[in-house]
Amino acid sequence: MKPTPISTSSEWSFDLIEKYDREIMKIACGEYHLDIYPVQLEIITAEQMMDAYSSVGMPVNYHHWSFGKQFVATEKSYKRGQMGLAYEIVINSNPCIAYLMEENSMMMQALVTAHAAYGHNSFFKGNYLFRTWTDAEAIIDYLVFAKNYLADCERMYGIDAVEDLLDSCHALMNYGVDRYKRPQKLSLAKEKIRQSEREHYLQLQVNDLWRTIPRRNTDMEINAPIRFPAEPQENILYFIEKSAPLLEPWQREVIRIVRKIAQYFYPQRQTQVMNEGWATFWHHTILNRLYEKQLVTDGFMMEFLQSHTNVVLQPPVHSHWYSGINPYALGFAMYQDICRICREPTDEDRAWFPELVGKDWRESIEFAMRNFKDESFISQYLSPKVIRDFRLFAVRDDDKDDKLLIPAIHDETGYAEIRRTLSEQYNLGSREPNIQVWSVNLRGDRSLTLRHFMHQRRPLGKTTEEVLKHVCRLWGFDVRLESVDQQGQVIQTSECKAPEHNSLF
Amino acid sequence: MAHLIDRRLNGKNKSAVNRERFLRRFKAQIKQSVAKAIKGRAITDIQAGEKISIPSKDISEPVFQHGSGGIKEIIHPGNQDFIRGDRIARPQGGGGGGGGGKASNQGEGEDDFVFELSREEFMKVFFEDLALPNLVKTQLLGTQEMKSVRAGFINDGTPTNINIVRSLRGALSRRIALSAPILSELTQAEEELDELLELAEEDSFRVRDLREKIRHLRSRLYTIPFIDPFDLRYNNRVKRPFPTSQAVMFCIMDVSGSMDENKKDIAKRFFILLYLFLEKQYEKIELVFIRHHTSATEVSEHDFFHSRESGGTVVSSALTLCSEVIQKRYPTEDWNIYVAQASDGDNWDSDSSQCSSILLEKILPCVQYYAYIEITQGEPQNLWHEYQKIAEQIKHFAMQKIRTAADIYPVFRELFKKQPHTVT
Repeated sequence: MKPTPISTSSEWSFDLIEKYDREIMKIACGEYHLDIYPVQLEIITAEQMMDAYSSVGMPVNYHHWSFGKQFVATEKSYKRGQMGLAYEIVINSNPCIAYLMEENSMMMQALVTAHAAYGHNSFFKGNYLFRTWTDAEAIIDYLVFAKNYLADCERMYGIDAVEDLLDSCHALMNYGVDRYKRPQKLSLAKEKIRQSEREHYLQLQVNDLWRTIPRRNTDMEINAPIRFPAEPQENILYFIEKSAPLLEPWQREVIRIVRKIAQYFYPQRQTQVMNEGWATFWHHTILNRLYEKQLVTDGFMMEFLQSHTNVVLQPPVHSHWYSGINPYALGFAMYQDICRICREPTDEDRAWFPELVGKDWRESIEFAMRNFKDESFISQYLSPKVIRDFRLFAVRDDDKDDKLLIPAIHDETGYAEIRRTLSEQYNLGSREPNIQVWSVNLRGDRSLTLRHFMHQRRPLGKTTEEVLKHVCRLWGFDVRLESVDQQGQVIQTSECKAPEHNSLF
Repeated sequence: MAHLIDRRLNGKNKSAVNRERFLRRFKAQIKQSVAKAIKGRAITDIQAGEKISIPSKDISEPVFQHGSGGIKEIIHPGNQDFIRGDRIARPQGGGGGGGGGKASNQGEGEDDFVFELSREEFMKVFFEDLALPNLVKTQLLGTQEMKSVRAGFINDGTPTNINIVRSLRGALSRRIALSAPILSELTQAEEELDELLELAEEDSFRVRDLREKIRHLRSRLYTIPFIDPFDLRYNNRVKRPFPTSQAVMFCIMDVSGSMDENKKDIAKRFFILLYLFLEKQYEKIELVFIRHHTSATEVSEHDFFHSRESGGTVVSSALTLCSEVIQKRYPTEDWNIYVAQASDGDNWDSDSSQCSSILLEKILPCVQYYAYIEITQGEPQNLWHEYQKIAEQIKHFAMQKIRTAADIYPVFRELFKKQPHTVT
């Protein structure tokens, strides 16, 4: 008997969404063994989508003007028709929450379900960065805690004080993550108990550190300069939270909240290509499979292919629409290419990827998804074929040279270099300036010195002074920033003086 | 199996607080924009939203970034004809080829951040300067009187609202629709009977049968009700906010050389505020603009605020013109008349007493309210003293010396005390 399509019209209904979901689940989990968190699909309106948009995609979050700004901007361009809303937002939580917008057609709902609720979902559950850095079980609870805590602070200390503090924290958000250390898991219950303990205990400790009664130094130690911190610290917010002398306990807690949220988003920033590519690969595979099983109509498929083509469109560099490499396109192409190499390898692939040839494709992409981030994924899997298909080329911009140089293009001699350069491009460590806490003048003016380790002679941007003001506000005393070249020479210093009075905010 | 939840009915305005925070933070810039907008707008269309634009450098959230310089190596897709080792000229403006995707974040000439302020938000900012008491704010923002207006017909309602024509028309069409098949059957039967009667006996089986049928059909026709609850249509009325009647507002302003832009701006706010008060009370408001130096003319709103003249000041010229216009065009039985006068207090010395007599005899008896503001930093002059005498006798005459916009409101205080009954 010929199977009948699940639906023929483009209107969706709850019933149909459930039917599609059931079939998608059969394919995703039954045939392809995707390992996922339970799925929660939520139907929302365009306005709610804008709300979600402007609070970094989270269903709850604390209040801040910057989210309002985001909302105002989104609303404006949406109402003028300058942009459509994203089709989907998915939250790395357990259960995994995926939003479906009410305006979408039935095909889009199915596409979003496959893409977000199965693609992204399995990525969140499988990828090592998400496994170590985020706790899907607790994030929503933690955000509720954060929201309530900040609301309490606003009541007690005034909206302005909290807003100023958050502004400063947001400025340093990217420097509020542990890049190498393994973080502790977030848990609401633990968090609450520990929070009050921490307040008292830490304050004691800090006071001790800054004890104002002079100690009698009878022994030698007066001559040995104490280095604090003993080693440079990459997590500036953490350092400030623990060591800034003048902060109130609640201020330390707010810094901690911003830090924790930054940490939660850190893996997403490191896995754009992999994550979007993975989700795109699976919506493509799953919907094609639905078609093979004759569960969807030709019309459905045409509509799908049009959307899909738009998603994976990579405009070339000379195009008016070009705005960098499209992570959907690159990621999708790379996963597809891994499958191709497993199934139909060429001689070139045998030379480049001996470990993939003849292996099971499903296991190979699962391995790639689980154990890499963008940077390493590209340096491991970007194949000459993908380089050729994208016609990738490198441009070297040296300010000491009056012309731009093309060091490599998509040819035999260039593959390795293209791959290395592109991988470097996705290295968060080199995308953002490397700035660390260098030292604190303990005996003198208590000033804080940050060090910027320059890479490829790249200087800091114009916003530096502004950010330093924020650091200064948090630290409470003078802050200095030294740019150090690769030989260890300080070549540039900027400074921000703390206001005379010693009370913060 | 996924869990499907319909969230559409959940709260929509989750971002309302964040939006309000945003407005709060950029209050200064927004206020400036609003002030500018008030200057540019006609008094009558003060109540609309406004586009606010804030320089993007004020609104950005700074983070540590790489600046331009040093060595950057970037991969781009879509190579057309470069080969390894090519050297190409740096594109201008940092965009495109070598500049990288971040060029737009670093450029100087960024657009301002532009967004729309809603009507409520706009009015809120407008009122802020004027130091209005809260009660007044709600009165101005809200609407006071409801009037019911016709809004078509509905299927149910109270008997007093039955619309007879509509109901009977409905009944008629229903009767036609229901009786048509019976009637045609009846006609057919009667014709058949006539034919039969010519051929057959009166009491033949067939004839009796037909007569029975005709009787039955007739009785069915009779059972169709003349009117049925189904036919009833009621007049529908909905409540609409409705101001009560019509008013005319005279704006009188001194445009002699000493009235500079700043003073005119304060005067304009004064006129706007009076207009807003009146707008809530009256269905229709006409504005009359009279400007004067040594002589007075009636002008358009644009000329009123934007052209500048010099010379001496004779206030009575404007008052005379005002009273003429009232007599000619605005009979007191049809119009509620309000006069708002703004000046910097200068007047030709011997003219002030004339002013007071025109006011007392001709103008004040016909007007609901007369408000005078003197925008000046200096000592009051003779006009002020004359007016003060009037204010002592006449209740609906208000005057105030103004230095900032916040001083405007007290002028209207009386106006509100006098009409508490119109306020719900």
